[in-house]
Amino acid sequence: MHPAPSVILFTTLSGAGFGLLVFLGLGLPEVSGFTAFAFFAIAYLLAVGGLLASTFHLGHPERAWKAFSQWRTSWLSREGVCAVAALLVMAAYGAGLVFLNAALQPLGYLGAALSLGTVFTTSMIYAQMKTVPRWHTPLTPAMFLTLALAGGALLAGQVRLAIALLLASGAATVAAWILGDTRFKASGTDMATATGLGRIGTVKAFEPPHTGTNYLLREFVHVVGRKHSLKLRMIAGALAFALPVILLLLPFSHWIAALAVLSHLTGVATARWLFFAEAEHVVGLYYGKR
Amino acid sequence: MTQLPPATQKKLGLVIDLDTCVGCHACVISCKGWNTENYGAPLSDQDPYGADPSGTFLNRVHSYAVTPLATSTKPHPTTQTIHFPKSCLHCEDAPCVTVCPTGASYKRAEDGIVLVNEADCIGCGLCAWACPYGAREMDAAEGVMKKCTLCVDRIYNQTLPEIDRTPACVRTCPSGARHFGDLGDPDSAVSHLVAERGGFDLMPEQGTKPVNKYLPPRPKDTLPDLDILSPYLAPVTENPGGFLGWLDRALDKLPGQSSKTGRG
Repeated sequence: MHPAPSVILFTTLSGAGFGLLVFLGLGLPEVSGFTAFAFFAIAYLLAVGGLLASTFHLGHPERAWKAFSQWRTSWLSREGVCAVAALLVMAAYGAGLVFLNAALQPLGYLGAALSLGTVFTTSMIYAQMKTVPRWHTPLTPAMFLTLALAGGALLAGQVRLAIALLLASGAATVAAWILGDTRFKASGTDMATATGLGRIGTVKAFEPPHTGTNYLLREFVHVVGRKHSLKLRMIAGALAFALPVILLLLPFSHWIAALAVLSHLTGVATARWLFFAEAEHVVGLYYGKR
Repeated sequence: MTQLPPATQKKLGLVIDLDTCVGCHACVISCKGWNTENYGAPLSDQDPYGADPSGTFLNRVHSYAVTPLATSTKPHPTTQTIHFPKSCLHCEDAPCVTVCPTGASYKRAEDGIVLVNEADCIGCGLCAWACPYGAREMDAAEGVMKKCTLCVDRIYNQTLPEIDRTPACVRTCPSGARHFGDLGDPDSAVSHLVAERGGFDLMPEQGTKPVNKYLPPRPKDTLPDLDILSPYLAPVTENPGGFLGWLDRALDKLPGQSSKTGRG
Protein backbone atom coordinates (compact mmCIF):
# COMPACT_ATOMS: atom_id res chain seq x y z
CA MET A 1 0.00 0.00 0.00
CA HIS A 2 1.14 3.52 -0.76
CA PRO A 3 2.31 5.13 2.51
CA ALA A 4 0.59 8.52 2.22
CA PRO A 5 2.36 10.99 4.56
CA SER A 6 -0.96 12.63 5.49
CA VAL A 7 -2.43 9.34 6.73
CA ILE A 8 0.74 8.37 8.62
CA LEU A 9 0.81 11.78 10.29
CA PHE A 10 -2.90 11.57 11.08
CA THR A 11 -2.91 8.12 12.64
CA THR A 12 0.28 8.81 14.64
CA LEU A 13 -0.64 12.23 16.01
CA SER A 14 -4.34 11.74 16.54
CA GLY A 15 -3.64 8.35 18.11
CA ALA A 16 -1.46 10.01 20.74
CA GLY A 17 -3.93 12.91 21.09
CA PHE A 18 -6.94 10.68 21.70
CA GLY A 19 -4.77 8.54 23.98
CA LEU A 20 -4.06 11.63 26.09
CA LEU A 21 -7.78 12.49 26.12
CA VAL A 22 -8.49 9.00 27.51
CA PHE A 23 -6.22 9.68 30.49
CA LEU A 24 -7.52 13.24 30.98
CA GLY A 25 -11.07 11.90 30.98
CA LEU A 26 -10.13 9.35 33.64
CA GLY A 27 -8.61 12.10 35.78
CA LEU A 28 -5.03 10.93 35.33
CA PRO A 29 -3.50 13.34 36.20
CA GLU A 30 -6.08 15.35 38.11
CA VAL A 31 -5.67 18.80 36.66
CA SER A 32 -7.50 22.12 36.84
CA GLY A 33 -7.14 25.72 35.78
CA PHE A 34 -4.17 26.60 33.61
CA THR A 35 -2.50 23.18 33.89
CA ALA A 36 -5.72 21.61 32.63
CA PHE A 37 -5.77 24.12 29.78
CA ALA A 38 -2.21 23.20 28.77
CA PHE A 39 -2.95 19.46 28.81
CA PHE A 40 -6.18 19.85 26.83
CA ALA A 41 -4.50 22.18 24.33
CA ILE A 42 -1.82 19.56 23.60
CA ALA A 43 -4.43 16.79 23.27
CA TYR A 44 -6.63 18.85 20.92
CA LEU A 45 -3.69 20.04 18.82
CA LEU A 46 -2.64 16.44 18.24
CA ALA A 47 -6.13 14.99 17.75
CA VAL A 48 -7.59 17.79 15.61
CA GLY A 49 -4.30 18.37 13.78
CA GLY A 50 -4.26 14.72 12.86
CA LEU A 51 -7.88 14.80 11.73
CA LEU A 52 -7.19 17.84 9.54
CA ALA A 53 -4.11 16.15 8.05
CA SER A 54 -6.27 13.18 7.11
CA THR A 55 -8.49 15.38 4.92
CA PHE A 56 -5.46 16.31 2.77
CA HIS A 57 -5.58 13.01 0.93
CA LEU A 58 -9.24 13.38 -0.02
CA GLY A 59 -10.18 14.14 -3.61
CA HIS A 60 -12.98 16.44 -2.40
CA PRO A 61 -12.33 17.68 1.18
CA GLU A 62 -15.24 20.15 0.90
CA ARG A 63 -17.67 17.22 0.95
CA ALA A 64 -16.07 15.62 4.02
CA TRP A 65 -19.16 16.42 6.15
CA LYS A 66 -21.10 13.84 4.16
CA ALA A 67 -18.90 11.16 5.74
CA PHE A 68 -20.92 11.29 8.98
CA SER A 69 -23.95 9.66 7.35
CA GLN A 70 -23.07 5.99 6.78
CA TRP A 71 -22.17 4.86 10.31
CA ARG A 72 -24.39 1.77 9.92
CA THR A 73 -21.90 0.04 7.61
CA SER A 74 -18.75 2.16 7.23
CA TRP A 75 -15.92 2.19 9.78
CA LEU A 76 -14.62 5.44 8.26
CA SER A 77 -18.00 7.06 8.90
CA ARG A 78 -18.06 5.63 12.45
CA GLU A 79 -14.60 7.08 13.00
CA GLY A 80 -15.81 10.53 12.00
CA VAL A 81 -18.87 10.34 14.25
CA CYS A 82 -16.87 8.97 17.17
CA ALA A 83 -14.11 11.57 16.81
CA VAL A 84 -16.50 14.53 16.75
CA ALA A 85 -18.50 13.13 19.69
CA ALA A 86 -15.28 12.55 21.69
CA LEU A 87 -14.00 16.04 20.96
CA LEU A 88 -17.32 17.69 21.91
CA VAL A 89 -17.75 15.72 25.15
CA MET A 90 -14.14 16.25 26.18
CA ALA A 91 -14.43 19.96 25.36
CA ALA A 92 -17.33 20.23 27.83
CA TYR A 93 -15.41 18.22 30.43
CA GLY A 94 -12.26 20.27 29.84
CA ALA A 95 -14.17 23.55 30.12
CA GLY A 96 -15.44 22.40 33.50
CA LEU A 97 -11.88 21.73 34.67
CA VAL A 98 -10.35 24.90 33.22
CA PHE A 99 -13.02 27.48 34.05
CA LEU A 100 -15.03 26.00 36.95
CA ASN A 101 -12.38 23.86 38.62
CA ALA A 102 -15.03 21.18 38.56
CA ALA A 103 -14.48 17.61 37.34
CA LEU A 104 -17.76 16.51 35.75
CA GLN A 105 -16.62 12.92 36.11
CA PRO A 106 -19.42 11.06 34.22
CA LEU A 107 -18.69 13.35 31.27
CA GLY A 108 -14.99 12.55 31.63
CA TYR A 109 -15.58 8.80 31.58
CA LEU A 110 -17.87 9.11 28.55
CA GLY A 111 -15.26 11.24 26.75
CA ALA A 112 -12.52 8.72 27.60
CA ALA A 113 -14.63 5.89 26.20
CA LEU A 114 -15.41 7.86 23.02
CA SER A 115 -11.72 8.75 22.60
CA LEU A 116 -10.72 5.12 22.88
CA GLY A 117 -13.59 4.28 20.52
CA THR A 118 -12.18 6.71 17.97
CA VAL A 119 -8.84 4.91 17.95
CA PHE A 120 -10.66 1.58 17.68
CA THR A 121 -12.75 2.74 14.70
CA THR A 122 -9.58 4.01 13.00
CA SER A 123 -7.94 0.63 13.45
CA MET A 124 -11.02 -1.17 12.12
CA ILE A 125 -10.79 0.76 8.82
CA TYR A 126 -7.61 -1.24 8.22
CA ALA A 127 -8.49 -4.45 10.05
CA GLN A 128 -11.69 -4.90 7.99
CA MET A 129 -9.73 -5.03 4.69
CA LYS A 130 -9.84 -8.65 3.59
CA THR A 131 -7.96 -7.49 0.51
CA VAL A 132 -4.89 -6.66 2.65
CA PRO A 133 -4.22 -9.89 4.56
CA ARG A 134 -1.52 -8.33 6.74
CA TRP A 135 -4.08 -5.92 8.22
CA HIS A 136 -7.02 -8.32 8.40
CA THR A 137 -6.31 -9.52 11.93
CA PRO A 138 -7.30 -8.61 15.54
CA LEU A 139 -3.66 -7.61 16.03
CA THR A 140 -4.35 -4.41 14.08
CA PRO A 141 -6.80 -2.95 16.64
CA ALA A 142 -4.65 -4.37 19.47
CA MET A 143 -1.64 -2.50 18.08
CA PHE A 144 -3.49 0.78 17.45
CA LEU A 145 -5.17 0.78 20.88
CA THR A 146 -2.05 -0.05 22.90
CA LEU A 147 0.04 2.46 20.92
CA ALA A 148 -2.52 5.24 21.49
CA LEU A 149 -2.72 4.43 25.20
CA ALA A 150 1.08 4.25 25.52
CA GLY A 151 1.45 7.64 23.81
CA GLY A 152 -1.38 9.05 25.94
CA ALA A 153 0.19 7.77 29.18
CA LEU A 154 3.55 9.28 28.17
CA LEU A 155 1.94 12.64 27.45
CA ALA A 156 -0.11 12.48 30.64
CA GLY A 157 3.06 11.84 32.68
CA GLN A 158 1.83 8.49 34.03
CA VAL A 159 5.28 6.94 34.30
CA ARG A 160 4.40 3.45 35.60
CA LEU A 161 1.40 3.05 33.31
CA ALA A 162 3.45 4.36 30.39
CA ILE A 163 6.19 1.75 30.94
CA ALA A 164 3.61 -1.06 31.10
CA LEU A 165 1.74 0.21 28.05
CA LEU A 166 4.96 0.78 26.07
CA LEU A 167 5.91 -2.84 26.70
CA ALA A 168 2.41 -4.01 25.76
CA SER A 169 2.29 -1.93 22.59
CA GLY A 170 5.81 -3.10 21.71
CA ALA A 171 4.68 -6.70 22.07
CA ALA A 172 1.57 -6.07 19.93
CA THR A 173 3.64 -4.34 17.24
CA VAL A 174 6.29 -7.06 17.10
CA ALA A 175 3.58 -9.74 16.99
CA ALA A 176 1.86 -7.89 14.14
CA TRP A 177 5.16 -7.72 12.24
CA ILE A 178 6.05 -11.36 12.65
CA LEU A 179 2.60 -12.88 12.18
CA GLY A 180 1.87 -10.34 9.44
CA ASP A 181 4.67 -11.81 7.33
CA THR A 182 2.69 -15.06 7.02
CA ARG A 183 -0.75 -13.60 6.43
CA PHE A 184 -0.72 -13.17 2.66
CA LYS A 185 0.14 -16.79 2.04
CA ALA A 186 -2.39 -17.93 4.64
CA SER A 187 -5.17 -15.92 2.95
CA GLY A 188 -5.30 -18.49 0.13
CA THR A 189 -5.47 -15.80 -2.54
CA ASP A 190 -2.84 -16.19 -5.23
CA MET A 191 -2.52 -15.76 -8.99
CA ALA A 192 -4.32 -19.09 -9.51
CA THR A 193 -7.48 -17.96 -7.68
CA ALA A 194 -7.22 -14.37 -8.94
CA THR A 195 -7.33 -15.45 -12.57
CA GLY A 196 -9.14 -18.78 -12.07
CA LEU A 197 -6.54 -20.20 -14.47
CA GLY A 198 -4.83 -22.30 -11.81
CA ARG A 199 -6.95 -25.23 -12.99
CA ILE A 200 -4.88 -25.29 -16.20
CA GLY A 201 -1.44 -24.87 -14.73
CA THR A 202 1.08 -22.37 -13.42
CA VAL A 203 0.00 -18.77 -14.08
CA LYS A 204 2.53 -16.07 -14.89
CA ALA A 205 1.85 -12.46 -15.82
CA PHE A 206 2.75 -12.14 -19.49
CA GLU A 207 1.78 -8.57 -20.32
CA PRO A 208 0.24 -5.83 -18.16
CA PRO A 209 -2.84 -4.05 -19.60
CA HIS A 210 -0.83 -0.94 -20.45
CA THR A 211 2.85 -0.15 -20.75
CA GLY A 212 2.49 2.78 -18.33
CA THR A 213 1.63 2.74 -14.65
CA ASN A 214 -1.83 3.45 -13.21
CA TYR A 215 -3.77 4.38 -10.07
CA LEU A 216 -3.93 0.77 -8.88
CA LEU A 217 -0.18 0.23 -9.10
CA ARG A 218 0.58 3.57 -7.47
CA GLU A 219 -1.88 3.05 -4.61
CA PHE A 220 -1.55 -0.69 -3.92
CA VAL A 221 1.78 -1.99 -5.17
CA HIS A 222 4.47 -0.22 -3.17
CA VAL A 223 7.70 -2.19 -3.10
CA VAL A 224 10.30 0.51 -2.45
CA GLY A 225 10.39 0.36 1.36
CA ARG A 226 10.09 -3.37 1.81
CA LYS A 227 13.73 -4.21 1.20
CA HIS A 228 14.78 -2.16 4.25
CA SER A 229 11.97 -3.61 6.32
CA LEU A 230 14.17 -5.31 8.94
CA LYS A 231 16.33 -2.22 9.51
CA LEU A 232 13.26 -0.01 9.78
CA ARG A 233 11.65 -2.43 12.24
CA MET A 234 14.75 -2.21 14.45
CA ILE A 235 14.75 1.59 14.27
CA ALA A 236 11.01 1.79 14.99
CA GLY A 237 11.28 -0.67 17.87
CA ALA A 238 14.20 1.19 19.42
CA LEU A 239 12.65 4.65 19.11
CA ALA A 240 9.03 3.81 19.89
CA PHE A 241 9.51 1.39 22.79
CA ALA A 242 13.06 0.69 24.03
CA LEU A 243 14.40 4.25 24.32
CA PRO A 244 11.25 5.72 25.98
CA VAL A 245 11.20 2.88 28.55
CA ILE A 246 14.88 3.48 29.39
CA LEU A 247 14.29 7.24 29.65
CA LEU A 248 11.29 6.69 31.94
CA LEU A 249 13.36 4.49 34.25
CA LEU A 250 15.79 7.40 34.79
CA PRO A 251 15.00 9.97 37.53
CA PHE A 252 12.05 12.04 36.28
CA SER A 253 12.58 15.41 34.62
CA HIS A 254 10.44 17.24 32.12
CA TRP A 255 13.25 17.28 29.55
CA ILE A 256 13.71 13.54 29.72
CA ALA A 257 9.94 13.06 29.49
CA ALA A 258 9.79 15.34 26.44
CA LEU A 259 12.61 13.36 24.84
CA ALA A 260 10.73 10.13 25.55
CA VAL A 261 7.57 11.52 23.89
CA LEU A 262 9.53 12.71 20.85
CA SER A 263 11.35 9.41 20.49
CA HIS A 264 8.10 7.47 20.90
CA LEU A 265 6.19 9.51 18.29
CA THR A 266 9.08 9.27 15.79
CA GLY A 267 9.21 5.53 16.32
CA VAL A 268 5.44 5.14 15.96
CA ALA A 269 5.51 7.18 12.73
CA THR A 270 8.25 4.87 11.39
CA ALA A 271 6.24 1.80 12.38
CA ARG A 272 3.15 3.34 10.77
CA TRP A 273 5.11 3.96 7.57
CA LEU A 274 6.02 0.28 7.56
CA PHE A 275 2.39 -0.63 8.34
CA PHE A 276 1.48 0.78 4.93
CA ALA A 277 4.65 0.08 2.95
CA GLU A 278 4.73 -3.60 3.93
CA ALA A 279 1.01 -4.19 3.41
CA GLU A 280 0.34 -6.10 0.21
CA HIS A 281 -3.01 -5.76 -1.55
CA VAL A 282 -4.28 -8.80 -3.43
CA VAL A 283 -4.91 -6.71 -6.57
CA GLY A 284 -1.14 -6.76 -7.19
CA LEU A 285 -1.53 -10.42 -8.16
CA TYR A 286 -3.27 -9.41 -11.39
CA TYR A 287 -0.03 -7.64 -12.31
CA GLY A 288 2.13 -10.57 -11.15
CA LYS A 289 3.31 -8.40 -8.28
CA ARG A 290 2.88 -8.25 -4.55
CA MET B 1 -27.21 4.13 1.24
CA THR B 2 -24.29 1.80 1.75
CA GLN B 3 -26.29 -1.07 3.18
CA LEU B 4 -26.43 -3.78 0.53
CA PRO B 5 -29.92 -4.78 -0.65
CA PRO B 6 -30.83 -8.22 0.80
CA ALA B 7 -31.56 -9.42 -2.72
CA THR B 8 -31.77 -7.82 -6.14
CA GLN B 9 -34.59 -8.43 -8.64
CA LYS B 10 -32.09 -9.00 -11.42
CA LYS B 11 -28.38 -9.73 -11.44
CA LEU B 12 -27.18 -7.94 -14.52
CA GLY B 13 -23.61 -8.72 -15.39
CA LEU B 14 -21.09 -9.94 -17.93
CA VAL B 15 -19.87 -13.36 -18.96
CA ILE B 16 -16.35 -13.21 -20.36
CA ASP B 17 -15.09 -16.03 -22.55
CA LEU B 18 -11.36 -16.55 -22.03
CA ASP B 19 -11.40 -19.08 -24.87
CA THR B 20 -12.34 -16.62 -27.58
CA CYS B 21 -10.83 -13.35 -26.30
CA VAL B 22 -8.05 -12.42 -28.70
CA GLY B 23 -6.64 -9.60 -26.57
CA CYS B 24 -7.36 -6.85 -29.10
CA HIS B 25 -8.29 -4.26 -26.42
CA ALA B 26 -11.26 -3.02 -28.46
CA CYS B 27 -13.43 -3.29 -25.32
CA VAL B 28 -10.94 -1.12 -23.44
CA ILE B 29 -11.13 1.59 -26.07
CA SER B 30 -14.89 1.53 -26.55
CA CYS B 31 -15.40 1.62 -22.77
CA LYS B 32 -13.06 4.57 -22.39
CA GLY B 33 -14.78 6.33 -25.28
CA TRP B 34 -18.36 5.83 -24.13
CA ASN B 35 -17.65 6.63 -20.49
CA THR B 36 -15.66 9.73 -21.35
CA GLU B 37 -18.24 11.17 -23.72
CA ASN B 38 -21.35 10.37 -21.67
CA TYR B 39 -22.42 9.93 -18.02
CA GLY B 40 -20.31 11.39 -15.22
CA ALA B 41 -16.80 12.77 -15.01
CA PRO B 42 -14.67 11.95 -18.07
CA LEU B 43 -11.96 9.30 -17.78
CA SER B 44 -8.91 11.52 -17.79
CA ASP B 45 -5.37 10.84 -18.96
CA GLN B 46 -2.22 12.27 -17.42
CA ASP B 47 0.76 13.04 -19.64
CA PRO B 48 -0.85 11.07 -22.50
CA TYR B 49 1.79 11.93 -25.10
CA GLY B 50 4.71 12.29 -22.70
CA ALA B 51 7.26 9.98 -21.18
CA ASP B 52 5.08 8.65 -18.36
CA PRO B 53 1.51 8.31 -19.58
CA SER B 54 -1.26 7.00 -17.33
CA GLY B 55 -5.01 7.28 -17.19
CA THR B 56 -8.30 6.06 -15.79
CA PHE B 57 -9.78 2.89 -17.28
CA LEU B 58 -12.86 0.95 -16.20
CA ASN B 59 -11.85 -2.11 -18.16
CA ARG B 60 -8.35 -3.42 -18.71
CA VAL B 61 -7.09 -6.50 -20.53
CA HIS B 62 -4.29 -8.45 -18.86
CA SER B 63 -2.39 -11.25 -20.59
CA TYR B 64 -1.18 -14.35 -18.78
CA ALA B 65 1.11 -17.23 -19.73
CA VAL B 66 -0.19 -20.49 -18.29
CA THR B 67 1.99 -23.59 -18.32
CA PRO B 68 0.18 -26.90 -17.70
CA LEU B 69 1.83 -29.35 -15.32
CA ALA B 70 4.19 -31.79 -17.04
CA THR B 71 2.92 -35.37 -17.31
CA SER B 72 4.61 -38.59 -18.42
CA THR B 73 2.89 -38.40 -21.80
CA LYS B 74 3.62 -34.65 -22.13
CA PRO B 75 6.92 -33.90 -20.46
CA HIS B 76 7.13 -30.44 -22.06
CA PRO B 77 3.61 -29.02 -22.19
CA THR B 78 3.11 -25.95 -24.34
CA THR B 79 2.52 -22.67 -22.52
CA GLN B 80 -0.79 -21.00 -23.40
CA THR B 81 -1.27 -17.24 -23.71
CA ILE B 82 -4.61 -16.20 -22.23
CA HIS B 83 -5.99 -12.69 -22.60
CA PHE B 84 -7.96 -11.63 -19.57
CA PRO B 85 -10.32 -8.62 -19.65
CA LYS B 86 -11.21 -7.34 -16.19
CA SER B 87 -13.81 -4.80 -15.09
CA CYS B 88 -16.21 -4.44 -12.13
CA LEU B 89 -17.81 -7.81 -11.30
CA HIS B 90 -20.89 -6.16 -9.68
CA CYS B 91 -20.53 -8.44 -6.63
CA GLU B 92 -23.58 -9.51 -4.65
CA ASP B 93 -21.61 -8.95 -1.46
CA ALA B 94 -19.79 -5.86 -2.68
CA PRO B 95 -17.21 -4.84 -0.04
CA CYS B 96 -16.64 -1.54 -1.84
CA VAL B 97 -20.19 -0.38 -1.08
CA THR B 98 -20.31 -0.98 2.67
CA VAL B 99 -17.01 0.83 3.38
CA CYS B 100 -18.16 4.06 1.70
CA PRO B 101 -18.52 6.75 4.39
CA THR B 102 -20.78 9.10 2.42
CA GLY B 103 -23.28 6.80 0.74
CA ALA B 104 -21.88 7.68 -2.69
CA SER B 105 -21.39 3.98 -3.48
CA TYR B 106 -24.51 1.88 -3.76
CA LYS B 107 -25.86 -1.33 -5.24
CA ARG B 108 -29.17 -1.02 -7.06
CA ALA B 109 -31.93 -3.24 -5.70
CA GLU B 110 -33.63 -3.51 -9.11
CA ASP B 111 -30.76 -4.85 -11.22
CA GLY B 112 -27.75 -5.27 -8.91
CA ILE B 113 -25.55 -2.71 -10.70
CA VAL B 114 -22.93 -1.15 -8.39
CA LEU B 115 -22.67 2.59 -9.00
CA VAL B 116 -21.02 5.73 -7.60
CA ASN B 117 -22.93 8.96 -7.13
CA GLU B 118 -20.07 11.28 -8.04
CA ALA B 119 -21.64 14.33 -6.37
CA ASP B 120 -21.34 12.57 -2.98
CA CYS B 121 -17.89 11.02 -3.49
CA ILE B 122 -15.17 12.60 -1.34
CA GLY B 123 -12.40 10.67 -3.07
CA CYS B 124 -11.15 8.91 0.07
CA GLY B 125 -10.28 5.83 -1.98
CA LEU B 126 -11.45 3.35 0.65
CA CYS B 127 -13.74 1.52 -1.81
CA ALA B 128 -10.76 0.88 -4.09
CA TRP B 129 -8.90 -0.52 -1.08
CA ALA B 130 -11.81 -2.85 -0.33
CA CYS B 131 -12.11 -4.17 -3.90
CA PRO B 132 -9.88 -7.22 -4.47
CA TYR B 133 -10.19 -6.94 -8.26
CA GLY B 134 -8.88 -3.44 -8.89
CA ALA B 135 -12.20 -2.51 -10.46
CA ARG B 136 -12.29 1.01 -9.04
CA GLU B 137 -9.91 3.76 -10.05
CA MET B 138 -9.66 7.26 -8.68
CA ASP B 139 -9.67 9.79 -11.49
CA ALA B 140 -6.61 11.96 -11.02
CA ALA B 141 -8.19 15.02 -12.65
CA GLU B 142 -11.63 14.86 -11.04
CA GLY B 143 -10.74 13.41 -7.60
CA VAL B 144 -13.71 11.04 -7.61
CA MET B 145 -13.92 7.28 -7.87
CA LYS B 146 -14.72 5.83 -11.29
CA LYS B 147 -15.98 2.36 -11.99
CA CYS B 148 -17.83 0.27 -14.58
CA THR B 149 -21.51 1.27 -14.69
CA LEU B 150 -22.41 -1.72 -16.88
CA CYS B 151 -23.23 1.13 -19.30
CA VAL B 152 -26.39 1.90 -17.34
CA ASP B 153 -26.87 4.82 -19.76
CA ARG B 154 -26.96 2.43 -22.74
CA ILE B 155 -28.81 -0.67 -21.57
CA TYR B 156 -32.03 1.23 -20.68
CA ASN B 157 -31.56 3.97 -23.27
CA GLN B 158 -34.73 4.17 -25.40
CA THR B 159 -33.09 6.62 -27.81
CA LEU B 160 -30.57 4.00 -28.95
CA PRO B 161 -31.41 1.30 -31.49
CA GLU B 162 -32.25 -1.90 -29.64
CA ILE B 163 -29.10 -3.66 -30.83
CA ASP B 164 -26.99 -1.00 -29.11
CA ARG B 165 -28.67 -1.43 -25.72
CA THR B 166 -25.81 -3.51 -24.34
CA PRO B 167 -22.62 -2.35 -22.62
CA ALA B 168 -20.16 -0.73 -25.04
CA CYS B 169 -17.55 -3.45 -24.43
CA VAL B 170 -20.01 -6.20 -25.35
CA ARG B 171 -21.27 -4.34 -28.40
CA THR B 172 -17.78 -3.78 -29.74
CA CYS B 173 -16.11 -7.15 -29.05
CA PRO B 174 -15.15 -8.56 -32.47
CA SER B 175 -14.65 -12.13 -31.24
CA GLY B 176 -17.88 -12.52 -29.27
CA ALA B 177 -15.96 -12.99 -26.05
CA ARG B 178 -18.23 -10.77 -23.94
CA HIS B 179 -21.86 -11.52 -23.13
CA PHE B 180 -24.35 -9.39 -21.19
CA GLY B 181 -27.52 -10.52 -19.42
CA ASP B 182 -29.35 -11.40 -16.23
CA LEU B 183 -27.31 -13.95 -14.30
CA GLY B 184 -30.07 -14.18 -11.70
CA ASP B 185 -32.41 -15.77 -14.25
CA PRO B 186 -31.46 -19.44 -14.70
CA ASP B 187 -33.11 -19.47 -18.15
CA SER B 188 -31.21 -16.50 -19.58
CA ALA B 189 -28.70 -17.03 -22.38
CA VAL B 190 -25.80 -16.01 -20.14
CA SER B 191 -26.87 -18.42 -17.38
CA HIS B 192 -27.00 -21.27 -19.93
CA LEU B 193 -23.54 -20.31 -21.15
CA VAL B 194 -22.17 -20.38 -17.60
CA ALA B 195 -23.78 -23.77 -16.92
CA GLU B 196 -22.58 -25.33 -20.19
CA ARG B 197 -19.03 -24.05 -20.11
CA GLY B 198 -18.38 -24.22 -16.37
CA GLY B 199 -18.19 -20.49 -15.71
CA PHE B 200 -16.22 -19.57 -12.60
CA ASP B 201 -15.73 -16.73 -10.07
CA LEU B 202 -12.53 -14.75 -9.56
CA MET B 203 -11.08 -15.01 -6.03
CA PRO B 204 -14.07 -16.93 -4.60
CA GLU B 205 -12.25 -17.10 -1.25
CA GLN B 206 -12.68 -13.34 -0.84
CA GLY B 207 -16.38 -13.94 -0.31
CA THR B 208 -17.57 -11.17 -2.63
CA LYS B 209 -19.91 -13.39 -4.67
CA PRO B 210 -19.19 -11.76 -8.03
CA VAL B 211 -22.04 -11.63 -10.55
CA ASN B 212 -19.72 -11.56 -13.58
CA LYS B 213 -18.49 -14.99 -14.60
CA TYR B 214 -15.47 -16.16 -16.61
CA LEU B 215 -15.59 -19.07 -19.05
CA PRO B 216 -12.42 -21.18 -19.00
CA PRO B 217 -10.31 -21.68 -22.14
CA ARG B 218 -11.30 -24.94 -23.81
CA PRO B 219 -8.71 -27.76 -23.68
CA LYS B 220 -6.25 -27.41 -26.52
CA ASP B 221 -6.41 -29.97 -29.38
CA THR B 222 -3.51 -32.44 -29.44
CA LEU B 223 -1.38 -31.94 -32.52
CA PRO B 224 -1.46 -34.87 -35.01
CA ASP B 225 1.75 -36.78 -35.87
CA LEU B 226 3.41 -34.44 -38.35
CA ASP B 227 5.16 -37.39 -40.11
CA ILE B 228 1.82 -38.70 -41.33
CA LEU B 229 2.79 -38.22 -45.02
CA SER B 230 6.40 -39.37 -44.84
CA PRO B 231 5.73 -43.07 -45.64
CA TYR B 232 4.28 -41.96 -48.95
CA LEU B 233 7.32 -39.82 -49.71
CA ALA B 234 9.87 -42.66 -49.54
CA PRO B 235 11.70 -43.29 -52.91
CA VAL B 236 10.04 -46.04 -54.82
CA THR B 237 13.27 -47.54 -56.36
CA GLU B 238 16.20 -48.23 -54.07
CA ASN B 239 18.51 -49.48 -56.91
CA PRO B 240 17.88 -47.87 -60.26
CA GLY B 241 17.99 -50.09 -63.32
CA GLY B 242 18.42 -49.39 -67.05
CA PHE B 243 20.71 -46.63 -68.24
CA LEU B 244 20.70 -44.89 -64.84
CA GLY B 245 21.68 -48.17 -63.16
CA TRP B 246 24.57 -48.70 -65.59
CA LEU B 247 25.72 -45.08 -65.08
CA ASP B 248 25.54 -45.52 -61.32
CA ARG B 249 27.64 -48.65 -61.32
CA ALA B 250 30.10 -47.20 -63.84
CA LEU B 251 30.65 -44.07 -61.79
CA ASP B 252 31.11 -46.16 -58.60
CA LYS B 253 34.00 -48.01 -60.25
CA LEU B 254 35.88 -44.80 -61.01
CA PRO B 255 38.48 -43.87 -58.40
CA GLY B 256 37.56 -41.12 -55.91
CA GLN B 257 34.84 -40.38 -53.36
CA SER B 258 31.19 -41.19 -53.91
CA SER B 259 28.27 -40.38 -51.65
CA LYS B 260 27.34 -43.43 -49.56
CA THR B 261 23.62 -42.91 -49.61
CA GLY B 262 21.62 -44.21 -52.44
CA ARG B 263 18.54 -42.25 -51.35
CA GLY B 264 17.32 -38.78 -51.09
